[in-house]
Amino acid sequence: MVGIRSYGAYIPLYRLERSEIVKAWRSPFPVPGEKAVANYDEDSLTMAHAAAWDCIRGIDRKEIDGLFFASTTSPYKEKQASTIIAGAMALRREILTADYGGSLRAGTIALRAAIDAIKAGSAKNILVTAADLRLAGANGLNEMFFGDGAGAVLISNEAVAADFLGGYTISEDFMDMWRSDRDTFVRAYEERFIREGGYTRIVPEGVTAAMNKCDLKPQDIAKFACFTDDPRHVNAAARILQFDPAQVQDPMFMTAGLTGTAMPLMLLVAALEEAKQGDKILVCGYGDGCDALIFQVNGQIENVRDRGGVKNHLASKRMMANYQQYILWRRLMYMEPQSRPDRPTISLSALWRDREWGLALYGSRCKKCGTPQYPVQRVCLVCQAVDQYEPYSFADKKAKLTSFSHDHLAITEVPPITVAVVDFEGGGRLTCNLTDREPDETKEGMDVEMTFRWMHYVGGVHSYWWKCKPVRF
Amino acid sequence: MESIKDKVAIVGMGCTKFGERWDASADDMIVEAALEAYEDAGIKQEDIQAAWVGTMWVGDTGRVLAEPLKLQFIPVTRVENMCATGSDAMRNAAYAVAAGVYDIVLALGVEKLKDTGWMGLGDVPFPGTSRGIFGSQGFSGPSAFALLATAYFAKYGLSPQEGKKMIGMISVKSHRNGAKHPKAHLRREVTLEQVMSAPIIAWPLGLFDCCGVTDGAAAAILVRAEIAKKFRPDPAYIKALQISIGHSQGFARSDFEYTSVYETVHAGKAAYAEAGIKNPREEISMAQVHDCFSITEAVIMEDLEFSPRGRVKDDVDSGFFELTGGLPCQTDGGLKSFGHPIGATGLRMMYEVYKQLQGKCGERQLKNPKLGLTHNLGGFPASATVSCCIAGL
Repeated sequence: MVGIRSYGAYIPLYRLERSEIVKAWRSPFPVPGEKAVANYDEDSLTMAHAAAWDCIRGIDRKEIDGLFFASTTSPYKEKQASTIIAGAMALRREILTADYGGSLRAGTIALRAAIDAIKAGSAKNILVTAADLRLAGANGLNEMFFGDGAGAVLISNEAVAADFLGGYTISEDFMDMWRSDRDTFVRAYEERFIREGGYTRIVPEGVTAAMNKCDLKPQDIAKFACFTDDPRHVNAAARILQFDPAQVQDPMFMTAGLTGTAMPLMLLVAALEEAKQGDKILVCGYGDGCDALIFQVNGQIENVRDRGGVKNHLASKRMMANYQQYILWRRLMYMEPQSRPDRPTISLSALWRDREWGLALYGSRCKKCGTPQYPVQRVCLVCQAVDQYEPYSFADKKAKLTSFSHDHLAITEVPPITVAVVDFEGGGRLTCNLTDREPDETKEGMDVEMTFRWMHYVGGVHSYWWKCKPVRF
Repeated sequence: MESIKDKVAIVGMGCTKFGERWDASADDMIVEAALEAYEDAGIKQEDIQAAWVGTMWVGDTGRVLAEPLKLQFIPVTRVENMCATGSDAMRNAAYAVAAGVYDIVLALGVEKLKDTGWMGLGDVPFPGTSRGIFGSQGFSGPSAFALLATAYFAKYGLSPQEGKKMIGMISVKSHRNGAKHPKAHLRREVTLEQVMSAPIIAWPLGLFDCCGVTDGAAAAILVRAEIAKKFRPDPAYIKALQISIGHSQGFARSDFEYTSVYETVHAGKAAYAEAGIKNPREEISMAQVHDCFSITEAVIMEDLEFSPRGRVKDDVDSGFFELTGGLPCQTDGGLKSFGHPIGATGLRMMYEVYKQLQGKCGERQLKNPKLGLTHNLGGFPASATVSCCIAGL
């Protein structure tokens, strides 16, 4: 039976207390709680990668037949992001990749498409990953509401931990929140129209229809994991649907913020983390209609508990110093440029040629002396054996920090950047940047793990590579 | 394999004023350095039979030199080996003389770093590779060498403050010497407190741990040893010219500790063997080494066997490398005071050795120096380009 084989999530390390925004703008709306904020070197693509990486822990990457990426904030308008994610994960080449966007419902649309593809027998394992990093106008409620994050599920017809029971979809042209091709910031229509005219009409309709289709009543649902664009709206919809407050999956408004396209998947993951065998979870995506999908958890769920998931990522956090840091990381203000040369343009042929060792952080291991080395070396660094090597993945290895420097001269919008020399468990060395770190807490010998990050933007090209970060949990 | 020892002599040298030469082009500085060298050797330009020019960024081909000097169709070769560029230009020139092909040649190094409009050096481009994409962001010169400091301090149990004090004393010494040299870029003495409290450039290195960014040129006239005395009574004879190039070992091998630069060890040992030196700490009279950063100088002292491994601090504390010490180092102020116009630096170092051997260094003059060593370290500690040259009477 088709269903969810595994799950994963990603929430950035950093959180901004909403009171910092209130303070910065002397806002009359003291919105409580905190929001998750992607570091300057993170975007939807890297967060989606992190959630997908979390999701396939212990699963052979070669089994994946497809990767769907859902977001309204893809780094590219014309260029697939899912192939970059698949490349960074070293998935097979003959798989189906697709970017879903255009609607905050893209996450559940991708989920439905994956389920349908597997039901149709055209694939066995499709990884669906959704992320968003939305910008709202300064000093508006949405700036306080929005948070950054990602969720991922592996849809499969084998070793499934939550069976898909059925679903229902409504498509309706409804303009409540949007961004045109000329907009950077999300626009929103009058709040009462959004709630009364749209959300609390469409969501109950779709959810009721899905439950009817599966012959279920509201009390049969363990968790209602539903997108919302305002923490009050989901409660209003739940009341109409006659769900108890305990049945409503916490939208993480107070802890992470509203994560857009990623939200239904993240709430689904949060529900799965706590679910017992037999629990029915209703996940609902909303935007230009709604998708309501119902899953029933089975005993296999215990085999996929070893995940970072929502819980560990939520618990592991650092508070941002202030609102200025947010402005800086989101590049919302013209900052005095460093007195440094412009970056050279990117050689796209070199980028393509070296994609395997570069994007996927593969090196070589000498078959003669066994030394792992990065990048791939035709002539072994240690024994000089020629062309006697096998591919070797560094991305999934833990490492220790051997030396470092906090570089104030390097070209970056967020100085200093930290240069790190790391030595991997099992051998091999890499020089890379250390991210998600506090300079004062950086010590030689500390444990680090690898993370796929945005590097720079030159000539319209977003570059991605790997950095190390202190082991998070 | 033969030795270069005593086959080639330096009979004339020139060195421009180093500094922010806003008013001078690379061409102007080439002429300035070359004319001083001709005059010092007592030759005319038409006596030069071949020339080598070292530069990283000034231009391409031998025309970098031929065009400003109007050399008349003689062979000119442009040499580039990063920070060892000037020394390698001299090395190639010396080999041509030693081969018996030429009697009189010119080696000149030049760099014009202050026409960029930014601070520090530019990024090194990697055409034909994706290293600018799939590689550490930034990675400026200071942070590349700061990795030595972090690892050295950790290995030898120095707290960041103790470590910064040790390398800070190295900078204080070099500034003191450079203040006495009219051609140095930075000519002011500094206190240890100033060094320690300077803004951080790349932790743990502060402003005074870094050398300057500077314009300059330096030149040497080399001749066959047997005709050297026809030019002057006090030529400097080349005793060793060695170079060692890394193969990225420290970037990929975990056994590289970032407390020693292998290329310096290799080049040093080869130079000592070539010059017949058994105990460098005792036999070398003075050393001009590549103190691009204060920590680099500390590590070089151990790699060149001047100080026992892990013990350079004792020699720094005792003043062993001061003008009055057992092995005066950076007697002209080093890169710290002269800055580092890449192509010129190696020949600028040899200019100091040459002048010290001739007893012309005024208040910096050492007592009867016999052997001087120059050392350049280009690239990264993990994979470097190192030259080690020895000259003497």
